Amino acid sequence: MITVYHYMILSAIIFSIGTFGVLTRKNAIVIFMCIELMLNAVNLTFIALSRHLQNMDGQIFVFFVMTVAAAEAAVGLALMIAFYRNRESIDTDDFNMLKW
Amino acid sequence: MYDYLWLIPFFPLVGFVFNGLFGKKIRNEAVIGGIGTLMIFLSFLVSCGNFFTLLNDSEKVHQQVIASWMSVGQLQIDWGFLFDPLSALMIMVVTGVGTLIHLYSIGYMHGETGFYRYFAYLNLFCFSMLMLVLGNNALVMFVGWEGVGLCSYLLIGYYFDKKSAGDAAKKAFVVNRIGDFGFLCGLLVLFWSLGSKGVWTFNFVEIAENAHLLQTGGVVVTVVTLAFFLGATGKSAQIPLYTWLPDAMEGPTPVSALIHAATMVTAGVYMIARLNGLFGMAPDTMMVIAVVGATTAIFAASIGLAQNDIKRVLAYSTVSQLGYMFLAMGVGAFSAGIFHLMTHAFFKACLFLGSGSVIHGMHHAYHKAHLHDDPQDMRNMGGLRKKMPITFITFLVSTIAISGLPFFSGFFSKDEILWWAFAGERGHWMLWLVGAIAAGMTAFYMFRLVFMTFFGEQKTDARAKDHIPESPLTITLPLMILGTLAVVGGFWGIPHALGNIFGHMPNYLENFLAPVFEHTQELNGLEIKPEMAHSAALEFGMMGVSVGIAVFGIFLAWVMYIKNPALPGKFVASFTGLWRVVYNKWFIDELYAAVIVNNCKRIGTFLWKGIDVKIVDGIVNGTAWAVKGIGGGLRYTQSGFLHNYAMGMVVGVVVIVGYYIFG
Repeated sequence: MITVYHYMILSAIIFSIGTFGVLTRKNAIVIFMCIELMLNAVNLTFIALSRHLQNMDGQIFVFFVMTVAAAEAAVGLALMIAFYRNRESIDTDDFNMLKW
Repeated sequence: MYDYLWLIPFFPLVGFVFNGLFGKKIRNEAVIGGIGTLMIFLSFLVSCGNFFTLLNDSEKVHQQVIASWMSVGQLQIDWGFLFDPLSALMIMVVTGVGTLIHLYSIGYMHGETGFYRYFAYLNLFCFSMLMLVLGNNALVMFVGWEGVGLCSYLLIGYYFDKKSAGDAAKKAFVVNRIGDFGFLCGLLVLFWSLGSKGVWTFNFVEIAENAHLLQTGGVVVTVVTLAFFLGATGKSAQIPLYTWLPDAMEGPTPVSALIHAATMVTAGVYMIARLNGLFGMAPDTMMVIAVVGATTAIFAASIGLAQNDIKRVLAYSTVSQLGYMFLAMGVGAFSAGIFHLMTHAFFKACLFLGSGSVIHGMHHAYHKAHLHDDPQDMRNMGGLRKKMPITFITFLVSTIAISGLPFFSGFFSKDEILWWAFAGERGHWMLWLVGAIAAGMTAFYMFRLVFMTFFGEQKTDARAKDHIPESPLTITLPLMILGTLAVVGGFWGIPHALGNIFGHMPNYLENFLAPVFEHTQELNGLEIKPEMAHSAALEFGMMGVSVGIAVFGIFLAWVMYIKNPALPGKFVASFTGLWRVVYNKWFIDELYAAVIVNNCKRIGTFLWKGIDVKIVDGIVNGTAWAVKGIGGGLRYTQSGFLHNYAMGMVVGVVVIVGYYIFG
């Protein structure tokens, strides 16, 4: 029997993988994908708890998150292209021009 | 007629604004000078109208309020005018002499680069001076008081590209500030001490009416009047603050005539006369004034004996004559002092303008001959009476007037002062003696000036001597008018003893000014000593003595500079030390420099290098350094690496969440 706890633990594992990726990877696209991973881990929690609590609010929220994530993907990728045109790289260590 | 009183200062103000704003663009000397002169002439006409209305008016004191200035609680201060015989006389002198000097300036300043600037300042000066004499309260007077100081500064420094002129202007301003400090102190102490009796006022009429609230001869009155007198010594160049006036001769000559002889320097005398109710109540102050006045009269005259610069002689003569006016104020002879102020304005303005005419001619000649000799040095002159006949006649007449020969204007006014100094209740024979000796010195140095300049051999450089012209009409016309006034101006105030001889001719001036001074003089017993009051013989005797002294001075000058020109050189050789001290003005400037100026500089340097640089700047710079240091330290937290920021966020979230879970 798969209980709500299983879902919670799975989503915690996915969230941690995403966080770890954001902190360790240098490639901006990979970081971006890791953020998506974190968002989807949260989505999973919402769905699982919505089902568990018999409350549809969580599911509606997930739609919002997915919409925002899609918009964010479009903006983020456009940024990435702009970065690449400037620096011939999407390595985050190269984006340090505002630093002292 | 009194409704148009405001026009009197208004016209010069218009002239100032017009010439100040548009003069530079116009560049036409006839227009600029014409406007400037016309404006002061219009104000002279209005003054005449008001003056003659007042002559035939039984009510002698009028106040006109133009606008409210400030209103605080019970205190109401207005832009108001006080029109009484005293201010009427003053505006006549200021606008009358002012008009002539404006006219003269058109000729004298011809071709100067700052022509418009000169006329703008001159008009501003007339405006300030008229505010000073017309103001009905001490604050309006103070506005004028500061205004004339400013104009004096601007006009002394008119040739500002010359360092000595700039220095002289600064000196005049700084010395006057010391006096102004006294004026303000006196004003505020008076304000508070009257206020504590329930009368909050700056109005002159109200001050005079309520002066009795203060104790006669008390500390308050004495302190107030002494402080006011300090203000007067600054503005009117008395000991100890007289040193700026001789240096002020750096300005153009008409300025010396108008500001530093006829009008502004008499502001101190006017102020004491205006506040006569207070000064009459302070016998100690009156004594100080009389002593300072007499001392200044003889001291400045002694310096004038040895000067060679034609304008400097006149400058010291002015200081000396102002000393007479203060002597008059000090012995309670208010109307005699104002009388001398008036006659002095005529003959001294004429003398200064005459010296300007001489300098103008000398300058012209040197310019033609391409020489750079000093056009003001009397040792380069001589024999000018044939070259400049009009200047010579007017100059001679004024010299006789200032020397006090009978029936010229200076004779009447000076003798009245000396008579009061001798026979007045507050007088003393020593004051009279000092004044009489100073009168002899005056006669000597003035005739020395005339003899060196107009008589004898011409000592001008041979290349230049034939190019000295008589000055144009704009210059000689004012000279002739002032010369005439210097002769006849005195008949307005004939002393009683002489008046009796002329068939009971009254002393018009004294009667005219009586409404202003009578009350104070009665209240404080400022009268001629009763045992001498009716002794015409004594009065004639005193007159005879002072005329005799003057004639002796003239005779001495004649012996030394006409009959036996080698005598001054011999005198200098045998009294080298004395001569050097007098020639160097008793080393007063050097004394002031050593005792006061240098110590002030030292204090200033300490405040600059010690307090300002080290402490004040230290605090400011220290704050900046601290901020910079903290910022420098915190800068390292902004690494620019995305991971560091992300790590910070994660750690933060973990901490916050952990706090809520486990806290």
